Amino acid sequence: MDRLSQSQQQRISSAVSYLGLALVVIIIGLPMFWMLSSSLKTLGQIYTFPPRWIPSNPQWSNYQEAWNAVPFGRFYVNSIIITFFGAGLQIINGTLCAYAFAFLKFPFKNVLFLLVLAALMVPGEVVILPNFLFFGNKVREWFNLDTNWINTYQAIVLPGAATAFGTFLMRQGFMGLPRDVLDAAKVDGAGHMRTMFGIVLPMAKPIVITFALISIVNKWNDYLWPLIVTRTVEMRPITVGVRLLYDAEGNNNWGVIMAGTTFVVLPLIIVYIFAQRFIIDGLTAGATKG
Amino acid sequence: MESTTGTLETAPYQGQQYETAKLSWRDKLASKEWVIFLLFVTPNLVFLLLFTYWPLWENIRLSVQRTDLLAFTGTNEFVGLANFEYIFSNRTFKLVLRNTLVFLVASVSLTMLSGLLISLLLNQKLKGRTAVRAIVFAPTLLSGAAIGIVWAYIFDPRYGLLAQILDWFWIPSPHWLDRPEWSLPAIIIVYVWKNLGFAAVIFLAGLQAIPQDLYDAAKIDGANAWWRFKSVTLPMLSPISFFLFITSILATFQAFDIIQVMTDGGPAFGSTTLVYYVYQQGFGEAANFGRSAAAAIVLFIAMLVVTIVQLRFTERKVHYDG
Repeated sequence: MDRLSQSQQQRISSAVSYLGLALVVIIIGLPMFWMLSSSLKTLGQIYTFPPRWIPSNPQWSNYQEAWNAVPFGRFYVNSIIITFFGAGLQIINGTLCAYAFAFLKFPFKNVLFLLVLAALMVPGEVVILPNFLFFGNKVREWFNLDTNWINTYQAIVLPGAATAFGTFLMRQGFMGLPRDVLDAAKVDGAGHMRTMFGIVLPMAKPIVITFALISIVNKWNDYLWPLIVTRTVEMRPITVGVRLLYDAEGNNNWGVIMAGTTFVVLPLIIVYIFAQRFIIDGLTAGATKG
Repeated sequence: MESTTGTLETAPYQGQQYETAKLSWRDKLASKEWVIFLLFVTPNLVFLLLFTYWPLWENIRLSVQRTDLLAFTGTNEFVGLANFEYIFSNRTFKLVLRNTLVFLVASVSLTMLSGLLISLLLNQKLKGRTAVRAIVFAPTLLSGAAIGIVWAYIFDPRYGLLAQILDWFWIPSPHWLDRPEWSLPAIIIVYVWKNLGFAAVIFLAGLQAIPQDLYDAAKIDGANAWWRFKSVTLPMLSPISFFLFITSILATFQAFDIIQVMTDGGPAFGSTTLVYYVYQQGFGEAANFGRSAAAAIVLFIAMLVVTIVQLRFTERKVHYDG
């Protein structure tokens, strides 16, 4: 220790740190790189050992082949519909609920809030069976319908329309707003609609956007419930659809399959590039304060 | 309602008079706070009651019935605890519980450990660390189904990426997904790869919240880097570590898509976890709703215990702080 000067020591430790960073980037990035590079390989290039890192003549036709092997266009439409309505309902329900619990008076409000929070302890995985039976059976008795709701958009979307997490997260955010601004609004005689849309939402924008992004990502990636409640290829979202491609290509045409997985992750990667800050900052804020 | 907007800013007092004079029954109702409260809370609550609480109750009912495919015709037979007796005396279910435990312990510890190491790296003033943080976090957001398929290719024992890397060290690749003893480790690897970025980012936030003067004080006391880590960093990180620990356990209990895509719980139930068992019993070839519901309740109770432990500890901490 004594023989190395302070600056030498620092240089060595920062070199080790940069090496560590490089290793981290390789471990995390390599599978993504592998997916992209393989999606452009011919079958011959896939089945060579040692493998090729960068394909010599990129096979863009793999994307076309994947698109035609299973109805990716339809999968995109389904996923967009499910994400739009699923996340939309969660955002609306969560924001309204959070506003009410943060600012409005009501008898037994705390008990009701506990009822919302306790739902966090019941993940969707636990209730897949009764919910499936609800859409397959009960929904007909309850609403006097001719057909059940299996294989419909409403069956995919509705069980995930509420949000306990979002209510909690946004209520925290709303309660952190400066109280005097809200009091000023009250003195001005602003109604709750105006207070919410004119003051609370603009001021709490970061937390609302964070929750919106989390919700969108979750809905896009949702797998188990849509897998169970959809029956035909035409109703599958893209996450379940790519599994069909994987099965259809029989576990060997990896170039085409990797093109298909790229279709699934691409929209989220694009969202992430633009909204990275919001997602990371929002999540860490939720974790460190909650 | 609209008319108040314009007048308020210029002459608030007159505006208010104008408002009270023209209150209709709708405005009166809308000015009652409890009405708005109900209006705002009801949608969320109704969906929670309908698709979370009611099915939880239904699950308990189903678990004491024998309701295989006949459930659609509505003939259910009460069998008491027979479904629970069946799964707990079943060898497959014991394997499932063991798999779940192995998966939990390995995934959570590896995710947290690697997350902590990466966060320590990212906490230094290095060039490009924001970009690295973004890259590390990215897999957290990607579809588990797509990621699972990519990794199934990476694990290919002959032409996969991992086979190549192992070959550099003259190690033959195991048949990851075709062997009961390798399928669960393969899934743990993918799971850790996907989730360590979340742990790293949360730990990093915790590290950045530690006041610098604690380190300065430790330095003055002559503490070296390791000692500073042990006596300042780790204790200060403990609340956030606990948070991560609990959320990781709960998330790992729910892991499904990667398993479904990569191994389908197999081979020979080698990678079937509790949540996967619930799915298999309810929607696989078995189609035994009673057993699926019973397993779902076991899953629910396990997660409930974890949550209660968390609440207990958080309460104590709050108490401690005064």
